[in-house]
Amino acid sequence: MAHTPRPAGGPPPRFAIAAVALIGLLVLAAGAIIALTLGAGPNSAGSALSAAIGGPFQLVDQNGKPFTDANLKGKWELVYFGYTHCPDACPTALNDMALALDKLGGKRNEVGIVFVTVDPARDTPAVLKDYVTSFDAPIVALTGTDAQVAQAAKVYHVYYAKHEEKGGEYSMDHSSIIYLMDPQGRFVASFTHESSPTDMASRLDKLVS
Amino acid sequence: MLAKMFTLVLGLFIAQAIAAPGTGPEIAGAWARATPGRAENGAVYLTIVSQTPDRLVRVSTPVAKKAELHSMSTEGGVMKMRPLDGIDIPAGKKVTLGPRGMHIMLQGLNEPLRQGQSFPLTLNFEKAGPREVTVPVEGAAAMGPPGQGAAGASTPMHH
Repeated sequence: MAHTPRPAGGPPPRFAIAAVALIGLLVLAAGAIIALTLGAGPNSAGSALSAAIGGPFQLVDQNGKPFTDANLKGKWELVYFGYTHCPDACPTALNDMALALDKLGGKRNEVGIVFVTVDPARDTPAVLKDYVTSFDAPIVALTGTDAQVAQAAKVYHVYYAKHEEKGGEYSMDHSSIIYLMDPQGRFVASFTHESSPTDMASRLDKLVS
Repeated sequence: MLAKMFTLVLGLFIAQAIAAPGTGPEIAGAWARATPGRAENGAVYLTIVSQTPDRLVRVSTPVAKKAELHSMSTEGGVMKMRPLDGIDIPAGKKVTLGPRGMHIMLQGLNEPLRQGQSFPLTLNFEKAGPREVTVPVEGAAAMGPPGQGAAGASTPMHH
């Protein structure tokens, strides 16, 4: 690019340098935040973050049996919060997880899928059971009282909110993040609902041993 | 001179008016994903191309109590779905309703959508009026209409 002389009356160069430096810092900061929240790589989950995601919760599974954070241990688990009235993102995420496990071959049985509803009012154990049996992977589906679901969402830093629509219908806004927890129940990595099954599988393959 | 120009402009208008019926909204690649269990809601995806600008304002189908145009956005990892009053169809530009994006939400399905079935859907455009399409139901894991390679495979989960 050719150098253009600074027009008379333009901002002093010092200001321009400061502005560029500030923008650079902001970009770096934003990048760091994104990398931290989304877990850009398998090793990006720092110890602070792995301690921050996950924790005690008490819910019931699709068979009405109690299920707590202790039940997550002993196996790698993909944990996703959603709801059954969600027509697009949730079935896409569940399918992607099922497809990813399918690509794991022998390691397939070492990874489980846990679907936690953010809509306990509509997602009873019976509704969840009927819903998850349609997917070609064993899925543990969890629900509970409003307070129990709120507690589970809190320890996973999942945001959710009811969005009322005309005619008494509602949809749920919710964090669409897939968490990978190791057999000790510790957070290891995260995926978004936009991660492809192939990407997910290759990362799982490296992490699960 | 002025009269001549006026005639020319008028002629162009007439030509466009005559051409309009064939250049209104064309709907392609419509499909719906099979719904899990007795899930009450489903989604329909399709593409629309129109040589003349139009606006999709309403959708209806006999298979659900209500059909709505919806946006889907993800901000800071949070997924939000919102009803839309309409979707603008700019002239000559393909508008895609697809997974993880805008979709037609079917609320209160009378019956679950099962792979292999198909159902009618009416799209109402502001200018072109109603257009009916047949929507095939793809597998629960499908990501595209039939015949779109691996991404559109109906049951990629079974091997």
